[in-house]
Amino acid sequence: MNRAGRVLAVSAGIAFAAALTAYYIVSYLMMTPPSVAASGSAPRARLTLQTVASLGFKPHPDWVSYLAKNPQGKWVHGTILKVPAHSLVTVTIYQYDTATGLRNPFWGGFHGTVGPVTVNGKAIKTLDPSLASHTFAIPDLGVSVPLKGVADKAPNQCSVAPCTLAEAHNTIVFTFRTGKRGTFRWQCFVPCAAGFILGFGGPMQSLGYMDGLLEVV
Amino acid sequence: MTIPHTEVGPARVPRHWLRMVVIWAVLSAVAIPLIVLVLGPHLPPGRMTSEAGSQRDANTLMTALLAPIVVSVLVFFLYSIVAFRERGAAIVDGPPLRGHVPMQTAWVLFTSVIVVALAAWGSYTLIVSSHGAGGGQGPDPVAVPSHRSQDLVVQVIGQQWNWTYRFPAYQDVETDHLELPNHSPIEFHVTSLDVTHSFWAYQLGVKADAVPGVDNVAFVHTRDDGNFNIRCAELCGLWHGHMFQTGNVVTPVAFKSWISSEQKAEAPNLRYLPPFGRTYFPAPFRRAG
Repeated sequence: MNRAGRVLAVSAGIAFAAALTAYYIVSYLMMTPPSVAASGSAPRARLTLQTVASLGFKPHPDWVSYLAKNPQGKWVHGTILKVPAHSLVTVTIYQYDTATGLRNPFWGGFHGTVGPVTVNGKAIKTLDPSLASHTFAIPDLGVSVPLKGVADKAPNQCSVAPCTLAEAHNTIVFTFRTGKRGTFRWQCFVPCAAGFILGFGGPMQSLGYMDGLLEVV
Repeated sequence: MTIPHTEVGPARVPRHWLRMVVIWAVLSAVAIPLIVLVLGPHLPPGRMTSEAGSQRDANTLMTALLAPIVVSVLVFFLYSIVAFRERGAAIVDGPPLRGHVPMQTAWVLFTSVIVVALAAWGSYTLIVSSHGAGGGQGPDPVAVPSHRSQDLVVQVIGQQWNWTYRFPAYQDVETDHLELPNHSPIEFHVTSLDVTHSFWAYQLGVKADAVPGVDNVAFVHTRDDGNFNIRCAELCGLWHGHMFQTGNVVTPVAFKSWISSEQKAEAPNLRYLPPFGRTYFPAPFRRAG
């Protein structure tokens, strides 16, 4: 190959590598995890979630997890939730997991909610921390709600997500108020990650399972 | 023919050292007042507590002491570049450097005096005047203020991923927000429920590790009202960066009002809280660990 040919080949190689690098960087910057929007719109919206003891499918079939219902009524394995700003958001959580118990009983109280919190239709003011299976907490908004676990020996327990209303569950309903736009983390405070040190590894340290983001838009 | 005779005297050698010392002295004389009077009041962490003020004083003093040293290095460096620059092609070796015992002795003595004086001053302020300077002293603090019996005891509990606070003087109520009365002695007892965290209340000048099973005591004396930031300074997992809160120093009346409202709001849950203890250990759980 003559000199001009070599120069052309090297230039083409460099251009190709540069294009690949640029594609990777742009793709990385543009990548956003899928979010699940609340149904309804400002000033009132509804979120429907469920918690399951084990997801039942890859990549971590035995991990505990949240799921969210999208506006089309389909359960989605995602914890990026989108709600309107300056609105009242009513959250319904179908809780299919058994109790683990809170490490800090403080989180057994209800914080930051508007109006009553109901468990299976009955309003309660606090939850015995030993009965908590999970919490739904948005610390930056001051919201924290413990979720009562189903009885250990309850019949017809769910083992694969998404669970159905025919399976053993508790229904928790509460409302909180959103403020200005922003992105806020939410998490579970119950050390519910079975098989991990202090119950706070794996699904407790991974977005998409027991942690997520609340996008207030 | 007579050849004119011209007498050539010794070449004038500039007094380089004198020049450098004069430049250094002038610049230092300008820099030190600027640091103390202009920069000092803006140095961290502020004056919200006596301990924070002590830390700012230390930062101001250290910066002011460092200024002449930094200036001397820069002056020597820049002066050398300008005055001793080799012009022309020939580069000849300079005169050999030899030891100068008086200079070496003076240097060792001078730097030793600075270090020992700073150590003495630092130890005095750390132990006597600012009672640990806001740092965690462990379960048996050495630098204890004389008014300890009047302190407002606040237990700081770190957990993945938030801070909560217990007030044993107010029925052990626990809150997830921190308010403190102004002009009051505060005694923080910092601990953790799970992994190691670090309670860093920046404007209060407090930084104390939160370790499960350990009661880490830190003292501060609040001054004026204001807001302060609370962060975790120990990498503790997924939401470590979100362990952020804003606390408030308020009037004693506002504090009483706030703590009363917290007691009222937390009343349904109070019976489930364990008796106040100096430490907590991660409890075994059915499915955890």
